Amino acid sequence: MTDNTKNTTEKQKSEQEDKRGSALAENLLVPVLAVLTGLIIGGIVIAISNDASITAWGHFFQNPGAAFKASWDAVATGYGALFSGSLGKPADMIVGIQHYFATGDSKAALKSFYPITESLVTATPYIFAGLAVALGFKGGLFNIGAEGQFYIGALASAYVGYSIIGMPWFFHLPLAILAGAAAGGVWGAIPGILKAKFGAHEVVNTIMMNYVAFRLSDWLLSGPMKSSGFRPVTPNIEASAELPRFFPDPLRFNWGFPLALAVAALVYWFLFKTTLGFEIRAVGANPDAAKYSGMSVVRNIILIMTLSGALAGLAGAAQVLGTDHWVGQGFSAGYGFDSIALALLGKSNPIGVVLAALLFGILRSGATSMQSLAGIPIHIISIIQGLVIIFVAAPAIIRGIYRIRLGHAEETVLTRGWGK
Amino acid sequence: MTTNTLQGTKQASRQRQIITGIVLFVIALLMFVLFARNTQPGQQATFNLNTGDTSEGTIVIPDLVLPVQPSLYALIAVTVFLAGWQLARGIRSLGLLVGFIAFAFIASFLIWATKDQAFNLVGMMSSSLISATPIALAALCGVISERAAVVNIAIEGIMLLSAQAGVVSATITHNLWVGLIIAILTGGLVAGIHALLVIRFKVDQIISGVAINIFGTGATSFISSRYLERNIDGLNNSGTFANISIPILSKIPILGPVFFQNNIIIYLMIILVVVIHILLFYTPWGLRTRAVGEHPKAADTLGINVYMMRYVNVIIGGMIAGLGGAYFTVGSVGRFDQDMTAGKGFIGLAAMIFGKWTPIGAFASSLIFGFADSIQVKMQILGINIPSEFLQMAPYIVTMIVLTGLIGRAIPPAADGTAYEKQ
Repeated sequence: MTDNTKNTTEKQKSEQEDKRGSALAENLLVPVLAVLTGLIIGGIVIAISNDASITAWGHFFQNPGAAFKASWDAVATGYGALFSGSLGKPADMIVGIQHYFATGDSKAALKSFYPITESLVTATPYIFAGLAVALGFKGGLFNIGAEGQFYIGALASAYVGYSIIGMPWFFHLPLAILAGAAAGGVWGAIPGILKAKFGAHEVVNTIMMNYVAFRLSDWLLSGPMKSSGFRPVTPNIEASAELPRFFPDPLRFNWGFPLALAVAALVYWFLFKTTLGFEIRAVGANPDAAKYSGMSVVRNIILIMTLSGALAGLAGAAQVLGTDHWVGQGFSAGYGFDSIALALLGKSNPIGVVLAALLFGILRSGATSMQSLAGIPIHIISIIQGLVIIFVAAPAIIRGIYRIRLGHAEETVLTRGWGK
Repeated sequence: MTTNTLQGTKQASRQRQIITGIVLFVIALLMFVLFARNTQPGQQATFNLNTGDTSEGTIVIPDLVLPVQPSLYALIAVTVFLAGWQLARGIRSLGLLVGFIAFAFIASFLIWATKDQAFNLVGMMSSSLISATPIALAALCGVISERAAVVNIAIEGIMLLSAQAGVVSATITHNLWVGLIIAILTGGLVAGIHALLVIRFKVDQIISGVAINIFGTGATSFISSRYLERNIDGLNNSGTFANISIPILSKIPILGPVFFQNNIIIYLMIILVVVIHILLFYTPWGLRTRAVGEHPKAADTLGINVYMMRYVNVIIGGMIAGLGGAYFTVGSVGRFDQDMTAGKGFIGLAAMIFGKWTPIGAFASSLIFGFADSIQVKMQILGINIPSEFLQMAPYIVTMIVLTGLIGRAIPPAADGTAYEKQ
């Protein structure tokens, strides 16, 4: 009997390794191809919407080469602007560093590194928000409220940041960060409680909480939290509440990014190395089985939504305390929905989320350059994101396009209707 | 997922009865604290019931003057009575109860707000209906789709895309009807993509919906920035459908101006509510749809093509959402603004749930949301000092309260949200 079991475990082990191998391939290959295909389609959109390219195609039969060249130029300029706006030009960097060593004047060097630091700065809230949504997914919950939680967290930490004066930074900064996380946590807990106790589906509730958050912030920013002056913005936070920056102006790279990476590591440890994390994943994979084995589904749902909200609130806190130092209207501008795409792209795994967040940070900060240098509206990014989500969520499309045949990877079941 | 203990067993329904009764008492208490307490004896509320239309045949009826305190206390008394009845015996027709309570609360709010002033009630009702139209159309789209067990969160994106397609085609062709038809077809097309992803590729229904929303918001904003904002007269200036007065019916006092002096989209909405109700509950097609939504396997064994029914339902729902999108542009302002749907698609879903997945229920809930929407403007006129942002929050908070099911059960079609695998 013992021989048999030993043999079966050996066989199971090698089967498992095979599965893990092909799952890794699928987990990595499909997202990469999805992004690539999204960018290609984005390129087509750029080419179609480019004036010069349209006129060239009008003369296609006289000069076909010019038509293709015009389209290619449009796409190249567009994506060129994207990369130079998000990563910077290596030539500039080298020249800048040489200049610094020659003369001690760091301005040119700093300026050349601005794009890439901006990408990292942009990626920071994405990491937090992506973790928030990914944590929700792991627990079988759909947190679309990341946007509202982001906003509320930002407002809370801004408030702590500007209203407390004279506190030393080692109290003030953690307090402000905690305020952001706590506020976001509360904002996430409300739909969590509604789901756990009443079975109200969290999708609509979190979306509603988003709109409530927007209106609340509208009121706060034009009333109680408004700084003097005409613009609906909060006062600047005290220096003691700022997340320190690494380099002098104009570089805004600050401790928010390392903090985000640390939190990602923490979430990874929590999900995969602790009992509570295991419970969360069990509830997400099969709530009935989890309940049968004694886990409190109600408590776990509230916990997941609260943690998820806290992470999204941290995103807002990091953005305020590290990058902007104040909050204005339109502050969050789509981080919430983007983070859904992030979590899907990263397959709800913290490592994947960090990588996807870096990508989105690059895309987003490059999109501003695309708009100013190549005249392409910033919304192209949303188009690409929507496509990427569809490609990741329906791997069959990518497999069909690229003729890949891979094993059947595990899919998390997310929808169970409106709550039963 | 059996997380909630408040739906199902008999003990649970007794529990639910008590909770609903308590909620009603709380509502009555709110009516007292918020409204009745802040009034003086002798105050009167004057409600204009005419539109100021002096054309031939208009029947002018006198204003409705209500003594404020007696009216409020009467409403509170009835609410308390109903609350007590619900606690003790339970009221069978929960829908009517909810409807009446909503009416009582809104009425006491209006009476309180209008103390010592005059308020045009007909104008309010008319603008409520108009505001309710996109919500109702979104809700109807949701009803048809979810009755066949396909969750359609993409309504917001569908409405945006249809709104834009409609106004641009109407501007280019100088023909509003073309715009309307293009909008409807666009809605059907986008919903068809959702259906394809969800039925053929088995993509999670919520993910597909969210993706279409992101794509729809991005694409419409992109096109708006790139093309519409630079060429308003050529691409984004369609004019709007004029109001059509139905000859005799529009002269009926109160109901006439509200229901029979609107534009074609609003008429279509009202017609659709009735038509879909009949289709869903009185025709074989409706029965098959509901079968597919409740127990697709059983329906399959009867020979019903589950996949085809779902495709058809989702696409028809999409066309209705397309009509809803058309409302925003050719039915309202005659141009496309970025993100102009402002969450109406989601509120429509809430109206659908509040209305228990029935067309008439969805319509009634949409009216309540429409009322909440249009009351904000009137607040300024009435001199109420609640910041407008809080009034704007009201529909969303009401939605969340509705979803708790404290006010009536919200049981979706049984197979809602699950993909179907033909065995």
